[in-house]
Amino acid sequence: MWSRLVWLGLRAPLGGRQGFTSKADPQGSGRITAQVIEHLERLALVDFGSCEAVARLEKAIAFADQLRAVDTDGVEPMESVLEDRCLYLRSDNVVEGNCADELLQNSHRVVEEYFVAPPGNISLPKLDEQEPFPHS
Amino acid sequence: MAAPMQRWVGRGRHWTFARVDGGSCHRREAPTGSTSNRIRGRSSVAQQPLYTTQKPRKGEHKWAAVVGLEIHAQISSNSKLFSGSQVRFSAPPNSLVSFFDASLPGTLPVLNRRCVEAAVMTGLALNCHINKKSLFDRKHYFYADLPAGYQITQQRLPIAVNGSLTYGVCAGKKQSQVIPKTVRIKQIQLEQDSGKSLHDDLRSQTLIDLNRAGVGLLEVVLEPDLSCGEEAATAVRELQLILQALGTSQANMAEGQLRVDANISVHHPGEPLGVRTEVKNLNSIRFLAKAIDYEIQRQINELENGGEILNETRSFHYQLGCTMSMRDKEGKQDYRFMPEPNLPPLVLYDATSLPAGADPQQVINIDQIRETLPELPSVTRERLVQQYGMLLEHSFTLLNEVGLLEFFQNVIKETRAEPKKVTSWVLNTFLGYLKQQNLAVSESPVTPSALAELLDLLDSRTISSAAAKQVFEELWKREGKTPGQIVSEKQLELMEDRGALEQLCHSMMEAHPQVVMDLKKGNPRVINKLIGLVRKATQNRADPAMIKEILEKKLSS
Repeated sequence: MWSRLVWLGLRAPLGGRQGFTSKADPQGSGRITAQVIEHLERLALVDFGSCEAVARLEKAIAFADQLRAVDTDGVEPMESVLEDRCLYLRSDNVVEGNCADELLQNSHRVVEEYFVAPPGNISLPKLDEQEPFPHS
Repeated sequence: MAAPMQRWVGRGRHWTFARVDGGSCHRREAPTGSTSNRIRGRSSVAQQPLYTTQKPRKGEHKWAAVVGLEIHAQISSNSKLFSGSQVRFSAPPNSLVSFFDASLPGTLPVLNRRCVEAAVMTGLALNCHINKKSLFDRKHYFYADLPAGYQITQQRLPIAVNGSLTYGVCAGKKQSQVIPKTVRIKQIQLEQDSGKSLHDDLRSQTLIDLNRAGVGLLEVVLEPDLSCGEEAATAVRELQLILQALGTSQANMAEGQLRVDANISVHHPGEPLGVRTEVKNLNSIRFLAKAIDYEIQRQINELENGGEILNETRSFHYQLGCTMSMRDKEGKQDYRFMPEPNLPPLVLYDATSLPAGADPQQVINIDQIRETLPELPSVTRERLVQQYGMLLEHSFTLLNEVGLLEFFQNVIKETRAEPKKVTSWVLNTFLGYLKQQNLAVSESPVTPSALAELLDLLDSRTISSAAAKQVFEELWKREGKTPGQIVSEKQLELMEDRGALEQLCHSMMEAHPQVVMDLKKGNPRVINKLIGLVRKATQNRADPAMIKEILEKKLSS
């Protein structure tokens, strides 16, 4: 159940209230299930290769959980630290581009001024599957 | 949503208003309590059109379909949404790409003022509430044509919300009545376009062109108020006309400036909504209607046969006329929305809130934009009806055909003939010839001046209307002659000499005594035969009305 709360915590949009009323959890960090790890790996393409990595993740979450010690009832959340700044508006003129050669130098493979990528998305193998297959 | 993979196939013709082959929900069952001709201003929330299944079984239920559209319109601007590289349809690959578009580290987004103005104009034209403060977010997914790994969009608080789009659907026996309908607009948001992927299946690779990456898009999200392909197609066509009138987007579907995805589900009225599928790869209005109708029928058939509908993405294959599943083994996408950390909120002002002494280049005044909105299609149509006395349906046709309104107005400018005559000739004869040979107005062999001259000849009774049709046919042959020249060459002028005409009538009556007898016996219709004979004898150079008058006079004497 705790890992589910952690999961909800990860999914809630920033700037919105968390929805559950508990303040800092006295128990400290919770356990994260293998399912959550797999989901995170798929979404963010990071590799939690070892137990140590997962443990570090749990510690990081616990560290961030300290925020809950603050009572934010009735306080409007910020959107970002820039929210008081003025958003600069650029005029609609063409001032950049025409640097295909420079950009293409970054690419491992190039075909006639196109970047070359593998076909579609190659999805990560599931824990029980071994073969990757192309995403349509 | 996974990035669309599209190859632009051919240059589709603009779909003209009102004709959709097959499956039209408005032909199958006319809405009950049918509204009268020419409804203006009152939008009716018509009874939801219903579908019947192919084979009626006992206890058969009616089905209702629910269609929601997500429309992406490329903003017509010189440069991209967050960078200063050029926006152009065709250019050498990767030549219109800045370091930011290629998502090189150390680059930051800088918002293009023109794109914001375009969004505000579009929101105002669609009766939306413009949010004085809107926010930018990142939508994350991995695909080769999205170099940053995320798209900057406006998910939490878009620039415009809660609008409406009114469109007119053809109904009635001859498809000549126009019924106004409205679809609600959930929101309009600014977002970045992705690059283009070209799939090379032979070598198992994808070629990426980032010219389109970062171009500004307006995403218009419609509420699921639509119920069939025809409604969807008509609504999209109206949106196209509005965007083109505003100049905010060229909205050309064939060039990818307007893309539509449809969310479709079916259910029994009164029961909860069914599972919906998303249909993509719709690159013309005609295919949009076809795909939606196909998918609705597919879902009905599936459910009727005891199957179930999967919440999946399907692609429309226009050659086969069907939708096919784009098998998505990844499951539902999680886009991990987060606020864009590099952009403060977008703040808009109006006349009352405009800060004093502000740099005009740095502020956007909603009221000022509202004042400079150009004439919208619905207003243009009203004006045409008022000014020229034409039917509302005619105004729809004039606006729907590319270039036709301009053609019509040029003819009006140059001719003395009555507007109603011009309307009739442009919409019936001229348009008829165009359609027959599948030509666009711009490809017409007949210029507005030529038609104007022809109508003048008709108006001054120099030629008969039958002769005028002949002249028109000659003009279509593109031989470079003016109507006046054709008339004198073929000697099509109306006979002025009443005496000669009377002589002709007299001799015709003498040559056909049987007909005269029939007439005298009281069969008035037979006179048409005589008129026809006299006309032939004059080689169509006599006014049929005059012939009739002379004959009748002679017969009664």
